[in-house]
Amino acid sequence: MTTAISEIDPQELPKGVSLWQDAWHRLRRNKLAMIGACYLIAVIIMALLTPWIAPYAYDAQDLRLGATPPSAAHWLGTDLFGRDLLSRIMYGGRISLLVGFIATAVALVIGVTYGAIAGYVGGRVDAIMMRLVDILYALPFMIFIILLMVVFGRNLLLMFLAIGVVEWLTMARIVRGQVQSLRQQEFVEAAISIGLSPARIIWKHLIPNALGPVIVYTTLTIPSVMLLEAFLSFLGLGIQPPQSSWGLLISHGVETMEEYPWLLIFPGLALTMTLFALNFLGDGLRDALDPRVSKD
Amino acid sequence: MFKFLGLRLLQAIPVLLVVITVTFFLVRAAPGGPFDDEKAVSPQVKAALEAQYNLDQPMHQQFFSYLIGLVQGDMGPSFKYPGRSVDELIFQGFPVTAELGLYALLFAVALGVLAGVFASLRPNTKQDYIPMSAAMVGICMPSFLLGPILVLVFGLWFDVLPVSGWGNSPGDKILPSLTLGSTYAAYIARLSRSGMLEILSQDYLRTARAKGLPEHTVIIKHALRGGLAPVIAFLGPAFAGLLSGSFVVETIFQIPGLGRFYVQAAFNRDYTMILGTTVFLSTLIVFFNLLSDVLAAWLNPRLRYQFK
Amino acid sequence: MSFLGNRIFSMAVIVVVLYLNGCGGPEVNQVESGNRDQILHLGNGTEPQGLDPHIVTGVPEHHIITALFEGLVLKNPYTLEVEPGVAERWEISEDGRTYTFYLREAAVWSNGDPVTAEDFRWSWMRALTPELGSLYNYMYFPIVNAEAFANGEIDSFDQVGVKVLDDRTLQVQLYEPTPYLLQLFDHYSTFPVHRANIEAFGSISDRLSQWAREGNMVSNGAFELTEWKINSHVRVERRASYWDAENVELNGIVFYPTENITTEERMFRDHMLHKTNDVPLDKIPLYRAEKPELIELAPYLGTYFYAFNITKPPFDDVRIRRALGMTIDRELLIDTVLQGINTAAYGITPPGTLGYSPPKLFGFDPELARQLLAEAGYPDGDGFPPFEILYNTSEAHQKIAVAIQQMWQQHLNIKVTLTNQEWKVYLDTLNNMDFDVSRRAWIADYIDPNGFLDMFLTGGGNNRTGFSNETYDRIIQEGAPKATDQKERYKLFAEAETILINSMPVIPIYTYSIKHLKRESVKGMPTNLMAYYNYKYVYLEAEE
Repeated sequence: MTTAISEIDPQELPKGVSLWQDAWHRLRRNKLAMIGACYLIAVIIMALLTPWIAPYAYDAQDLRLGATPPSAAHWLGTDLFGRDLLSRIMYGGRISLLVGFIATAVALVIGVTYGAIAGYVGGRVDAIMMRLVDILYALPFMIFIILLMVVFGRNLLLMFLAIGVVEWLTMARIVRGQVQSLRQQEFVEAAISIGLSPARIIWKHLIPNALGPVIVYTTLTIPSVMLLEAFLSFLGLGIQPPQSSWGLLISHGVETMEEYPWLLIFPGLALTMTLFALNFLGDGLRDALDPRVSKD
Repeated sequence: MFKFLGLRLLQAIPVLLVVITVTFFLVRAAPGGPFDDEKAVSPQVKAALEAQYNLDQPMHQQFFSYLIGLVQGDMGPSFKYPGRSVDELIFQGFPVTAELGLYALLFAVALGVLAGVFASLRPNTKQDYIPMSAAMVGICMPSFLLGPILVLVFGLWFDVLPVSGWGNSPGDKILPSLTLGSTYAAYIARLSRSGMLEILSQDYLRTARAKGLPEHTVIIKHALRGGLAPVIAFLGPAFAGLLSGSFVVETIFQIPGLGRFYVQAAFNRDYTMILGTTVFLSTLIVFFNLLSDVLAAWLNPRLRYQFK
Repeated sequence: MSFLGNRIFSMAVIVVVLYLNGCGGPEVNQVESGNRDQILHLGNGTEPQGLDPHIVTGVPEHHIITALFEGLVLKNPYTLEVEPGVAERWEISEDGRTYTFYLREAAVWSNGDPVTAEDFRWSWMRALTPELGSLYNYMYFPIVNAEAFANGEIDSFDQVGVKVLDDRTLQVQLYEPTPYLLQLFDHYSTFPVHRANIEAFGSISDRLSQWAREGNMVSNGAFELTEWKINSHVRVERRASYWDAENVELNGIVFYPTENITTEERMFRDHMLHKTNDVPLDKIPLYRAEKPELIELAPYLGTYFYAFNITKPPFDDVRIRRALGMTIDRELLIDTVLQGINTAAYGITPPGTLGYSPPKLFGFDPELARQLLAEAGYPDGDGFPPFEILYNTSEAHQKIAVAIQQMWQQHLNIKVTLTNQEWKVYLDTLNNMDFDVSRRAWIADYIDPNGFLDMFLTGGGNNRTGFSNETYDRIIQEGAPKATDQKERYKLFAEAETILINSMPVIPIYTYSIKHLKRESVKGMPTNLMAYYNYKYVYLEAEE
């Protein structure tokens, strides 16, 4: 355990090699993680450039054409309205990536902070905070969504909020559990004994050590957020047709998977590949940030 | 230990009370009443209906009579299904959903833990990548996608399993259980892999290995206990999630479970039914979160101080 | 470890599979066993709210209740003409205002009691009792004083135009000759219920009563209720004491709630259903190409339309409403998005409702539409305020809205956005007139133009457009009811509909079609304008 103390506090590290630099070096050596990162960067660049590089407008219909399999004119085929699937996937990716990253970030910030505080402070504060989480788990989500929609109307920001509000709960439970067990470890007690402030201990010592499970859970949250977005959009809270997202394209694709399989396969591939990339990067990050790994 | 449990059970009372109060007023704040329909309802008829269900009383009076009923175990009549009580509907639906959730969870734990532990033993090799990639696909596959695919393959193409129903024909429980469990299996696989990796790198396991204990003893006797802690923490909310989240699977497979009531009640503005299912499910959520905290503490000796 | 892992895993799989396989009975193909035993397996839409004929509303409930109960008359499922039910014959007075029904001697309840005229009087009193809150009480309103009783304005049911002349003779007094009156008497809201049965489980106006449950219910139809597993199925069985039991071929019917039409289609393909309630639109081309004999389409007595909020600019300008109405290419919409199964509608009443056809006053005409829009001050759509199409959350409504949005943008160069709302929120928005253009539909309770046209009376609860026209109101409320013959009546309706369509508070889009999948073994179950089933005609013949 003594290694943990020296590794985790950047001030005690040898000069020139900070924790983050060290992690970066290790990450760069992880081939899969780098492939994942490159893929993600490529997807993000494509999403940014979509309005200029998409072959068609996402809402350009050709009703007489209808759903057609991939062809020279439409590389990934067309949907029921004769709209180009490739263009719709590209535009849809903008929405899905935005929702995925922002909502997950909201959930991450709230969940990690909340869980860390509850776990560190413990006692009565912890009990009250965690019972509040229980209450939020228990409230009927559907009614909450219906009310949000009515009170605030429809907008994207609101959807991020709704998703963030739902997703931070489990994150908070996980972080609290981690922090609670770390808090008993020697290096935290040492930090307390040298008089570091609780905020500093939480941010500099506890959260970095709990990052492993947090990163894993984050990579799990992004896909569930993207699918939740499709559900909320369907209910009228998120985006409206003719706009679309990967989640919506997939859920529509399921309905016609026997008749027009390409409408399911291509959006499904887009989502799956992105998640794979995220996942490889996530695992790489987790390994790189793990102070113990470098010793092996 | 008993003090801890007693304390947590006591804490459940205010939690439930807040949930009931908030839900009670939230549902009434949602636009559209239980009796609105496409064909307009005349004011006389609407007034008669509201009188039958005591909706004409002042709000606080409705709330207190609901609480009094609840304490006596009476959750009131359903608005949507005249002649049926909420108690009756919940006790018809719950056993089905619980059974479905249980099979799904058993499947998820069995498959998830095996795959996760297996992958963690040789990190960053094929033995790691293959199960973890499968898990990733599982996470990407929401039940609204996996369900229809399984039905298509096993129900219609190979025609070996029924496409719908629950307990009506042999084998009709397999596809719904697999569909509901698979996402959780994938989560558990990833959580147990990372938990195991964490533990396997710790000093006491190195010591155990150095002492020459056989590998499987090290893993089963020492590593699993700590490595599965994140899985255990996940299981409590997961089981509650399985119960309240089985709606999609129940709809795809025509299963007469509680999940459908829970979601439909919100759409129908069936006030008593929304409250009833919420109270019932939140009791379960509180209970399972408690259970998972107790298990986590039992697995992690450092946390046992809580019980003293 | 891997050896151990594999072993544990395979054991777990075996245990689970064995256990799950252990439940349930022997494997059967429901369609074939049904054919053999004359048991019809029917997809029935949603779970029935209940089976009390005076309380429930809705088509799934209707399909079950018509098996369990029988009114004064029935309908022929092929022609939709009235046939004798509990009444073996009836007489209509010269002025068309008095109906006398003679009930048949053989009609008995499932507990053996005879079905009497008093049963009908008491049942109708129950349906009209204000405290019961029956949503369909307006079906009785052609009867003298029925509305006053239902609204609590008179206390005694003796003042209502329903008289028991003797045990088996019932007389009904009307305000006006009502050509569709007999149709009301095969509607479940006028079915008789058994007084002692109701009173054994609660008061006359008790909605929470449990009388309409398996084991409790006394009924007078061809079938009786034997099993009701909520969200799973409702089973009814042939009743030997039914007066016409010898003409009932089916031994039983099982109704399945099939909210998810994709699942329903799979159940049908897996030979679990004889007939579905609906078919997913996207599946239609496939069935057409490969199994056309299984698919069944027919016009349905309903109209799909968009409604304007004419109290809100710019939709208070009739030119704009007409311009928008003329730029929906209905034929294209139906051929593509709707898979060719509906018919384009240019009037609010469906064509051919018992001989009445709506006048066709406009067509698809983008040229004229642009001209109208320019006259209204928006040449080429310039400066036209963006507006929203409101629809309730549903895949089908969304598809239509997406296509129409594009048509308006393309032909008129105006910006349209879509908004979907959850059902009850949508209804609330409609009632508060808080929309620009909304998706609407109307399915009539009886076959008569009046069932559609009285929707747009000034201030009517189902109007929801703000439309108000004195001449229109006068024709519907005073002119048509007093018409001496059907021809004159239809002329007046056509006049009213012309006023309505020229003012265009609503854009008719298409006439509904009903679509089912049906096994060839099902005989005597034709589709018709009202999706009306008369189970006496149905029988099953094993497929070759």
